[in-house]
Amino acid sequence: MRIEALHKRFGSNHVLCGIDLYVTRGEVVCIIGPSGSGKSTLLRCVNMLETPSDGRVFVDGIELTDPDCDLDRARTSTGMVFQSFNLFAHMSVLDNITIALRKVLRQDRSAAEAKAQKLLTRVGLAEKATAYPAQLSGGQQQRVAIARALAMEPKVMLFDEATSALDPELVGDVLRVMRELAEEGMTMLVVTHEMDFARGVADRVVFMDSGAVVEEGHPDQVIGNPREERTKRFLANVRKRD
Amino acid sequence: MSWSRRQRLRLVRGGVYAATITALVLILLVVDWGALGGALFKWGIVKDQFPDILTTALRNTVIFTIFGFAGGLSLGLLLAIMRLSGVRPYRWFAATYIEVLRGIPLLVTLLILGFGIPIATGWKWPNPYIQGSVPLALVAGAYIAETVRAGIEAVPRGQMEAARSLGMSYSRAMATIIIPQAFRIIVPPLTNEFVLLIKDTSLISVLGVTASTLDLARFGRNGVNDTANATPLVVAGLVYLALTVPLTQLAAWMERRSKAGRR
Ligand SMILES: Nc1ncnc2c1ncn2[C@@H]1O[C@H](COP(=O)(O)OP(=O)(O)OP(=O)(O)O)[C@@H](O)[C@H]1O
Ligand SMILES: [Mg+2]
Repeated sequence: MRIEALHKRFGSNHVLCGIDLYVTRGEVVCIIGPSGSGKSTLLRCVNMLETPSDGRVFVDGIELTDPDCDLDRARTSTGMVFQSFNLFAHMSVLDNITIALRKVLRQDRSAAEAKAQKLLTRVGLAEKATAYPAQLSGGQQQRVAIARALAMEPKVMLFDEATSALDPELVGDVLRVMRELAEEGMTMLVVTHEMDFARGVADRVVFMDSGAVVEEGHPDQVIGNPREERTKRFLANVRKRD
Repeated sequence: MSWSRRQRLRLVRGGVYAATITALVLILLVVDWGALGGALFKWGIVKDQFPDILTTALRNTVIFTIFGFAGGLSLGLLLAIMRLSGVRPYRWFAATYIEVLRGIPLLVTLLILGFGIPIATGWKWPNPYIQGSVPLALVAGAYIAETVRAGIEAVPRGQMEAARSLGMSYSRAMATIIIPQAFRIIVPPLTNEFVLLIKDTSLISVLGVTASTLDLARFGRNGVNDTANATPLVVAGLVYLALTVPLTQLAAWMERRSKAGRR
């Protein structure tokens, strides 16, 4: 996955000011940074939920910013997990996971459901297949959302503050699923405020501020021994909060 | 002596009650109930309304309503989608259509389409049901479009984003994710649109009717001509109520239930 000179403006608000980022296969990159620094926007540009104002985005060798790119097809190679889960409220857990398999990849129902059941087992929710999102806790909903994204067999998984909306005691279950995914070799781009997770799981940490990459490197360096003044200040603030 | 706020309120309320009761008693004494009953609700005439008021008039009202609603719902859905589309000419067309047809009284639209155009062009409506239902559907579509649009906008943005992130096209996401959720939200207001439509069918008879296409309102009015008594219109009114009251109650119940469910 490669991002080149990415810019995004909302009107006169210059939110991303020339981001370059390269993520190799199997790498886990965590993005940290203060609120409003453009982390979500960057992630949403990777699967083109936001159209970049300038620059190029490649996933698995395909340029998504190419005007001729079939975006619907290209998006199947990125899975996204949102802060607010965004499960389809009118569908059961099983249908949430199978709907794109059936409608986009045209798999038949029984194959899709078998796959969904396997993924549910993997995220520890095998018995919740027939439940509706409203009947699940936030942590359970988020694990279903991860299973839903994984069902499409994406090349890259994008996580936008996947645990920020959760009660503290539910965070662990979701982080465990994410950690397992990383260990299995999934390529992941993770926006998070969980410094322990970033330190323990990431191959690389990127610190962003005001729409630019300020510092990046090994987690022990960026989080443990930051070079930049802004990174130090941000980390001090995070520690104070905890 | 000074009164507390609560005492003053109680005094005012007592005064209102007393005035209302006095007025009711006066009405009871002044009105000649026997004459009024004879003019509005004469049993012999009530009985004469049946069974035709059900087999012809009610049947026609229901036919006009259902055709009008089915057409209006399809058109409303289409207009709502156009109204929210990224294609500017679609948006303009839908916005203009909705604005124009909601801005003209239904009676005038009915006369223009059902009456004016045939006279001006020599073209004839194939049958009276179509002549009445099509203008009704065209107007209902404008109102329903706004209801559907509100429903679509009430579905959280994240639903569309999640669907797109899974590789669904915009139209597939609309059809499988957004519109089914929007419809759950708008069933109560749509039920109210349906009730409005039932009542609006009473205007169709201005286009001229044959004995077999009489609706409830026209049937009642003809009855008044025949009997020189208001009873037929009163009975027609009661038949309308038998249709509309259960539906508005149903809509209110669904609305309460969905509010309770969201908590
Ligand atoms: N759709 C939009 N329209 C206009 N401005 C936007 C839009 N989305 C984001 N922005 C602006 O872009 C800037 C960066 O937002 P973004 O959501 O990417 O920040 P973030 O780093 O994810 O912050 P947080 O940690 O609070 O989630 C903000 O100033 C925000 O106001
Ligand atoms: Mg964000």
